[in-house]
Amino acid sequence: MAYDVNGTAVEHDEEGYITNLSDWSKELADIISKAEEIEMTDEHWAVVNFLREYYDEYQIAPAVRVLVKSIKKSLGPDIGNNKYMYELFPYGPAKQACKIAGLPKPTGCV
Amino acid sequence: MVELDIKHKRGSEPLDPLAIPKIACGAMADLKPYPAHAQHNTDLGFPAELIDNWKEVAIAKIGELAKKNRAFKVYLDICVKCGACTDKCHYFLGTGDPKNMPVARQDLLRSVYRRYFTFAGKYFPWLVGAKDLTKEILDEWYTYFHQCSQCRRCSVFCPYGIDTAEISMAAREVLNSVGMGQKYCNEIIAKAEKIGNNLGLNPKALRATLEDLEEDLEDETGQKVRLPLDEKGADILLITPSADFFAEPHIDGLLGYAKVFHQAGASWTISSYASEAANFGMFIGSYENMRELSLRIRKAALDLGVKRIIFGECGHAWRVAYSFLNTLAGPFDFLDQNYPIPQHIIEYTHDLIQKGELKFDKSKNDEFRVTFHDSCNVARGSGMGGIKGGQFTLPREVLKACCNHYFDMDRDTIKESTLCCAGGGGLLTDELMDLRIKGASPRMKALRQVSNENGVTHMAAICAICKTQFSKIMPKYDYEMDDVLSVHQLVSNAIILDEPEQNDTKNEDSVEK
Repeated sequence: MAYDVNGTAVEHDEEGYITNLSDWSKELADIISKAEEIEMTDEHWAVVNFLREYYDEYQIAPAVRVLVKSIKKSLGPDIGNNKYMYELFPYGPAKQACKIAGLPKPTGCV
Repeated sequence: MVELDIKHKRGSEPLDPLAIPKIACGAMADLKPYPAHAQHNTDLGFPAELIDNWKEVAIAKIGELAKKNRAFKVYLDICVKCGACTDKCHYFLGTGDPKNMPVARQDLLRSVYRRYFTFAGKYFPWLVGAKDLTKEILDEWYTYFHQCSQCRRCSVFCPYGIDTAEISMAAREVLNSVGMGQKYCNEIIAKAEKIGNNLGLNPKALRATLEDLEEDLEDETGQKVRLPLDEKGADILLITPSADFFAEPHIDGLLGYAKVFHQAGASWTISSYASEAANFGMFIGSYENMRELSLRIRKAALDLGVKRIIFGECGHAWRVAYSFLNTLAGPFDFLDQNYPIPQHIIEYTHDLIQKGELKFDKSKNDEFRVTFHDSCNVARGSGMGGIKGGQFTLPREVLKACCNHYFDMDRDTIKESTLCCAGGGGLLTDELMDLRIKGASPRMKALRQVSNENGVTHMAAICAICKTQFSKIMPKYDYEMDDVLSVHQLVSNAIILDEPEQNDTKNEDSVEK
C-alpha cells in the first residue's frame, strides 16, 4: 500500500495514514486530500500547518478544542469553530486532517 | 446486506426499538476488523502472525481456559438452546444476521470445545454439533467475536445466566494466542502500557492541554479552576479516560469534574503516568494485560501519596475498577478506608449534592431536554453508592439536580436492559462503521421514541466510548453529532461556583465527612 508522489512510492497503512512521518510533503498532502475527496483551500492548509507545528512540538495531534482555539485566533471565529472544522474535514478534524497532515491516527476512545 | 432503517423521523408513527428483524443469513459475514500488525502482537507477548501449529495451540488454550475459568466452562456446558437470548443482541436486531444471535455466537466456540473436551463430542461429534477446528472456523471466530461488544445484555435474559461476553473474551484470547490479534485493541493496549494512555498523550502534551483548558475555565468562570497534574500529596487521584483530554463532548465532562472539585475545595490531581481509565485488556480477555494497566494506577497512587482514587466517566473502566481492581492491583490498604475504593465521579458529585454542598442554576440547561443512556459495563457490571441499582439512580439524580427537563427512554431499553451504543468491547474502529451504525439502531429508535413523546433533544452518557460512538453515528439517524453530552458537562453548565474569597476558607474535610 503506497501513494505515488511523482514516481516515488510513499507507504501507508490500511487506512491511508503514512507509515514514515518524514515522507510527508505538500504534494503528498494534495494526493491524500484527493483520495479523501477534499479540495484543499487556504483554510484547509491553515489547519494542516497548525497540526504539523503542534505535532513537531508535542509528538501528538492537539485536542480538537485546542485546534479550534488556535484557528480562531489566527483566522477569526467564523472559521475557528467546531462546525466549520467539520465542514472542512467531514470525517472530523482529528482523524481526516491528521491523515492529510501526515500524522499518526489518534487512537483510543476518540 | 440489510437496509439501514433510518426512515423513522421526528413525528412519525410509534416505534418498536426491539422489533425482531427478518433473518438475513450471512449479512455481516464479510465485515471484520483490521488484523494487528506484527509489532502490535509482539508488544503484548503474542505471536507476530499466525503460527504453524495454530491448531494444537488453540485447542490447548481452550482447555487451559476451561480449567482456569470455571464460569467459562459452565457457560459452554450448560446452554439448553431455549432461545431466550436470540433477539436480545443489538447487533442481531440491527443486522438480522443469525450469527449475531448470542447463542449462535457462543456456539462458534462451543462446537469446537465439545469436539475436544466432551465425551460425546470426541466419539459422536455428528450427534452433538461438535466440530473440528479448522482455519475457516478460526476466521469465522475473528469475524463474529468482533461483532460482539461484550455488553452482556443477552446474559440478563438467559435463564442460566450464560455470559456471552466471557465467551467472546476467551475467543479473542485464543485468537491472540495463535497470532490473530485485532489491530485496534492491541495497538492501543501497547500504547497505554508504554505511554500511560490509549491516545499516546505524553506528559508534556498532557500538561499543555490541561493548561490550555485551565485558560478556558478562567475565561468562562472568572475563577482559577485548576486541572492539576502530578501534584504530590494531593488527596484525590483522578483516573479518567484519555478521551477526556482530547475529544468532544468528553472534554466538557472533564471541565465539569474540575468545577465540582473546585467548589468542594478538594485537593486533587491527574497523573501523567496513569493517565487512562480505560482498560482494553478486558476486551481481549487478557488477565496479564488487564493487570499491567491496573498496576499503573496503583503505582501512580503510591508515588503521588494520594488518599483516594476517583474514576471519571468511562464505562468498562468502571467495571474493571469496581469489580476487579482490588484483585488485579490490591490491596489498597494505603488509601483512606473511609471512602469507597475506588469511587466513581458520579458518586462523588452525588454525595456533595445530597449534602447540599453543590448549588445549581438549572435554567442554564433549559435548552436541553435530556435522557440518559445507561452504559452497558456500568449497568450490568458494577454498582454505585453501595445501594442496589445505585448505578441507575445516582446518574439520574445528578442529571435531575442540574436539569429541569429529564425523561427516561422505554423501560425495556434502559437500566439492566440497556442497549449498547454498538461501539463497545473494542469495536470503536472505523472499518467496523457499518456494524456500528446498524447495531445502534435499537438505541436510536428508543431515543426517537422519547423525542417524539417528550421532546427529548439530547442524550447524556457516562462512557467515553458511548460518547464517541454516538457523536459519529447520530447524524445517520437525523440527530446532530453534539446531541450526545457528558453528564458532567450538564453539571458544568449549571453549577454555581462560590466567589473566590469564600472558596479560600473552605476545606474538603468540612464538606465531605
